[in-house]
Amino acid sequence: MLEITEGSHAVAKAVKMSRPQVIAAYPITPQTHIVETLADMVANGELDAEYITVESEFSALSACIGASAAGSRTYSATTSQGLALMFEVCFNVSGMRLPIVMTIANRALGAPLSIWNDQQDSISLRDCGWIQFYAEDNQEATDLHYIAYKVAESVEVLLPAFVCFDGFILSHTYEPVDMLSQEDVDRYLPAYKPFQKLDSDDPISMGMYATPEYYLEFRYEHDQAMKRAKDVISKAGKEFGEMFGRDYSALVEGYRLEDADTAIVAMGSLCGTIKDSIDEMRLAGKKVGLLKIRCFRPFPAEEIRNALSHVKRVAVLDKNVSIGAKGAVAIEVRDALYGKTMPVLGYILGLGGRDVRISDIKNIISLAESGKGDQFYGLRTEVL
Amino acid sequence: MAENSCELFDSGHRACGGCGAALVSRLLLKATGKDVIIVSATGCMEVFSTPYPETAWKVPWIHSLFENNSAVASGIEAALKKQGRKEKVVAIGGDGSTFDIGMLCLSGAFERGHDFTYICYDNEAYMNTGIQRSGATPYDASTTTSPAGKCSKGNNRPKKDLPQILAAHGAPYVATASIAYPSDVVKKIEKALNTPGPCYVQIHAPCCTGWGFEGEKTLAIGKLAIETGLWVNFEMENGVVTRVKKVVRKPVESYLKEQKRFRHLFKPKINAEEIAKIQAIADKNAEKYGTDLKLKSKSGPVVP
Ligand SMILES: Cc1ncc(C[n+]2csc(CCOP(=O)(O)OP(=O)(O)O)c2C)c(N)n1
Ligand code: SF4
Ligand SMILES: [Mg+2]
Repeated sequence: MLEITEGSHAVAKAVKMSRPQVIAAYPITPQTHIVETLADMVANGELDAEYITVESEFSALSACIGASAAGSRTYSATTSQGLALMFEVCFNVSGMRLPIVMTIANRALGAPLSIWNDQQDSISLRDCGWIQFYAEDNQEATDLHYIAYKVAESVEVLLPAFVCFDGFILSHTYEPVDMLSQEDVDRYLPAYKPFQKLDSDDPISMGMYATPEYYLEFRYEHDQAMKRAKDVISKAGKEFGEMFGRDYSALVEGYRLEDADTAIVAMGSLCGTIKDSIDEMRLAGKKVGLLKIRCFRPFPAEEIRNALSHVKRVAVLDKNVSIGAKGAVAIEVRDALYGKTMPVLGYILGLGGRDVRISDIKNIISLAESGKGDQFYGLRTEVL
Repeated sequence: MAENSCELFDSGHRACGGCGAALVSRLLLKATGKDVIIVSATGCMEVFSTPYPETAWKVPWIHSLFENNSAVASGIEAALKKQGRKEKVVAIGGDGSTFDIGMLCLSGAFERGHDFTYICYDNEAYMNTGIQRSGATPYDASTTTSPAGKCSKGNNRPKKDLPQILAAHGAPYVATASIAYPSDVVKKIEKALNTPGPCYVQIHAPCCTGWGFEGEKTLAIGKLAIETGLWVNFEMENGVVTRVKKVVRKPVESYLKEQKRFRHLFKPKINAEEIAKIQAIADKNAEKYGTDLKLKSKSGPVVP
């Protein structure tokens, strides 16, 4: 059913219909509306879950570890400083192979303090062993939660997942979203059956310490599971498409890319603006296309290589910066294209909520065409 | 006590011979029985009991981090409630985990009132990382980060009063115990398990390696701590002290001189001034908790 609703509310509804049994979360802008909405749902009996009002994000994710290990479907949400506080716990969750799903309403990291959007928070945790999805709009943000649970809980994967959507730009925007019914969701995402759990009838030890004889193998198996996740995501995305008409089988998605000379690569809500820009540039005769990365972990290197092999140049837009290097996406896309000869140019933009408009995308295309890249875009030089 | 075959904490773990913390593990599982889920913090106990792929725990057990066992326990308790399961939940950590780095999670879990028991095995320093001071290290103890030296008499702060802090959270049951009195440990843990809400038991667990004494003296050292008044065994119910172990006190030297961590107070010469300060701590404890056995008459026998 089509509903015009705020992004956070749409996500909260999707979470509710995913039937989490334990929720532990802590308020932080711009994620707060999600956890407030869920608290409301629990208070009104619409959602039958234990809701733990923890004293910090660190405890939020730690409590999720306990709940997930004890065999419950578990949910949290955070952003920015909250995610940074969870750093240590994030590695622990994935190392113990607990299929927790967490929404990230992407926001910049301080200092300086900023409550506005970029993707530095989740990108900075790209090595923490979680699946990472990035949503272009609130429809995708909503649907990706069902897919995330399905993939995370699959025995071939057993990994936690971030569903990232841009803070404010999506979380606080009213858009029409086609909400599934509870019956639909139940058909797609059956009740949670944990692969293993803490249980006094069948005691196991979890989170043991590993000597050098074992640690490397743990990490290898973790990496293998993440690589297997690619196929599982494709299958889960395809099944979703077959059931509800929106196909998410591709980890990367092209837009007017087939005959493009210049390809833009981006993640998240930026993709909407880019598509509009491409339509305008196409009218003016410029062969520009977009490759949207929906799943950043596992990293779809092969898919990116295949999708971009024919283009003359690639412009990667990063809402993050690995200070002293480049934007993280640019680095990885360039790696995926290793051996190819087209230039791969990186642009760092939109940090801390700086608006990115159609005119900016057009300017970037001009820069790319003249071979200029690997730079911050849109600097106000007068305040430097 | 049960035969070894009935032990839920298995032998063959890697603790030092005479480790007080290992005794705590064993006594804990005697009190809990099999229907329990244990959450361990990083520290000696976690490391000596679960080198992958071996585990000493014959009950469900999880270790996550150094500072989050109370939060993990909160999540387990919530999940069990939701699933209608009846296992007890126990979080256990060393003094470093409990007094210092885990205080945030501990305070949060107690304030929220989760139904679980928190056990601190208190060996009075960070032993697993090589005997560094913690908020539980006693006054003047020499550790690797509070070494005695020309300008230092060892740890320059008294022990944090964590039982009182947790009682102030409204915890229905807070107790201290010592591995020197094993059946008292079991009784107090059982009481904590059977009291709804967050309960706390802090167990003195002498560490031969970190304190500097022979492994066979662990229980004797534990006893001396109580007999000198430097450790007090008590119970608090709803914030009120309801039971105290009374003793005929010995001077603190009898405890201090048995341990290398206090050796600098006796060698090269006796530091009477510092020993007097430690005696004052013991006197204050005795007064606060009323631990001194009153002698009926000067010549009469003492019945403890
Ligand atoms: C966040 C973090 N900081 C530091 C450490 C290193 N560390 C591991 S165990 C430990 C000390 C443990 O002390 P305590 O809780 O008293 O337990 P004990 O080893 O004495 O049994 C420290 C400092 C860690 N694992 N995690
Ligand atoms: S160092 Fe101390 S606490 Fe650690 S295992 Fe040895 S005796 Fe036990
Ligand atoms: Mg300790």
